[in-house]
Amino acid sequence: MMRRRARAGLQLVVTLLAAPAHAQVDFSGSWAPLFHEDQPERLPGPELGDYSGIPVNDAARLRADSYDADRISVVTEYQCRPHGGDYSMRGLANMRVDQVLDPLTQRLIAIELRMNFQEMERTIWLDGREHPSALAAHTFAGFSTGTWQGNMLDVVTTHLKPNYLRRNGLPRSDQATFTEHWVRHGDYLTVTTLIRDPAFLTEPLVRSQNWLLAPAQRLGRDVCVYVPELPGAPDYVPSHLPGTNPFLREVIDWYGLPEDGVRGGSDTLYPQYQRRMRLPDAIPLQCGRYCRCGEHNRGFCDVQ
Amino acid sequence: MSKAPSLLAFATAVLALSRAAAQDFSAVELQVLPVQGNVYMIAGAGGNITVQVGAEGVLVVDTQFAPLAEKIMAEIKRLSSRPIRFIINTHGHPDHVGGNAALAEMTAPTPLEPLQMIAHENVLNRLSHPQPGEPETPPRGLPYDSYFTPTKDFHMNGEAVFLYHAPRAHTDGDTIVLFRGSDVVSTGDLFVAGGYPFIDVARGGSVQGLIAGLNHVLHLTVPAKTQERGTFVIPGHGRLCDEADVVEFRDMVVIVRDRVADMIDKGMTLRQIQAARPTLDYDTEYVNENSFVTAAAFVEAVYSSLTEQP
Repeated sequence: MMRRRARAGLQLVVTLLAAPAHAQVDFSGSWAPLFHEDQPERLPGPELGDYSGIPVNDAARLRADSYDADRISVVTEYQCRPHGGDYSMRGLANMRVDQVLDPLTQRLIAIELRMNFQEMERTIWLDGREHPSALAAHTFAGFSTGTWQGNMLDVVTTHLKPNYLRRNGLPRSDQATFTEHWVRHGDYLTVTTLIRDPAFLTEPLVRSQNWLLAPAQRLGRDVCVYVPELPGAPDYVPSHLPGTNPFLREVIDWYGLPEDGVRGGSDTLYPQYQRRMRLPDAIPLQCGRYCRCGEHNRGFCDVQ
Repeated sequence: MSKAPSLLAFATAVLALSRAAAQDFSAVELQVLPVQGNVYMIAGAGGNITVQVGAEGVLVVDTQFAPLAEKIMAEIKRLSSRPIRFIINTHGHPDHVGGNAALAEMTAPTPLEPLQMIAHENVLNRLSHPQPGEPETPPRGLPYDSYFTPTKDFHMNGEAVFLYHAPRAHTDGDTIVLFRGSDVVSTGDLFVAGGYPFIDVARGGSVQGLIAGLNHVLHLTVPAKTQERGTFVIPGHGRLCDEADVVEFRDMVVIVRDRVADMIDKGMTLRQIQAARPTLDYDTEYVNENSFVTAAAFVEAVYSSLTEQP
């Protein structure tokens, strides 16, 4: 009896050890982004000076206040840059996910993502490998490893190059790391992202993005070749001197928002902020930008 | 404006580097990173070391501190059994030239495989005439194979190696090293990752020269897809980089220079400019508890560069 129990126990242990610990969910396929969430920020782009809802510090505010979008064209090295690994998930993020299988064991060792914008590629390693040395090179995509938590894939990304939290100059540093939680519900995919940045954030920035499976989608090429667009001094970098950016009030005036609200910070993340929020100086009588958004407008907004 | 505080600050900084040469290095662990082609990066204490290996021997760019020489040599021997044929110094600070003599002693050159020690002649001039408080460099550690031309080039281990002098940049003796076949650039302290540049105004450095030198590095680098990798850049300190990292750094220096210049135009003194914190939005990225260059020191260097008399 004892021997039979021991054998059964051993069998159980062997069975558990042999059980596949990988690939509970298949994320492979073509995915089309759904932009119902944060649409104005993600498609046409955020307004200059709008830092609301982002837990930024004073350093991030000044960096964004100084931002001049001319830099993207005048500094040729910026022209073909992709989004960072974190932002690429919420930009023009048509995405293809491929499985990478170990040819010998057929074990899933990674998933590869390809986004259409600038042909950004990310690899999420699932084979338990370590992240590289702190002295290793950083990339825009970063270095990502994933572990399964039930049917959810948890991804940790390090080794990022400097990039942005919003496309209005709000910076994200190369000290940042981010965690993602990938969840598939049938044909829908939700990825929740938590960005930690000791240089520019006072607490993690949490955002989510959704995709719909799109088997007919084909990602084309997005070949970019940088060219000098303006003759200029080699040490000219477009930037507003502190206190001189004339565009920072636009978002306040156009939408009738309180000034301290658009400056962002941890407070502006939470609903209770509405109770303390000061009223704006003036409220526009009618909507002037991003009006009539939604399905009745073919999923778009009127932008003036 | 008074120049005295500036010169004092930079002299103090170099003395700090000199004192670092006397610290206990027994706990320092070296890290070796394969970079690309024939080139490796060794990081430890002091500046990054670039090592190129091949059938003709070993080429070393910068040598950290003398007490680390044995460890450095042990790592080099793991990469190649061939002798060191070239030591190149990107500039003359003690954390980059300190190991020259010790490595030269260990490499045992022969008439058929001689050792050349190369730097810009301003480095040789400064090392052979140290200021009070600066360490003496043993004769064996002096880069006698100095050059005075804008560029110098030679062939080593199957690829062209170019040395470019960056005038009045981090110091007055900076050299950028390009390994053309491996597609790697070694910058010395002209470019550092994760910190503000140390512009050694007292030893001929200037913010304008630094920007020109960084632009030169950008001319030498060609990124691959998604504007990254391609040419790798080994900075004077910090992690391995590429063109995109140099662009961020160059832009930071240009933007801070423009802000300081604007404040000078408004008649502000150095103290007023430092108090206005023109680097506020970069400090959280470029300064930490271990930083060699503080925000105030960086602003002072920029100010001194822009106001010095020709």
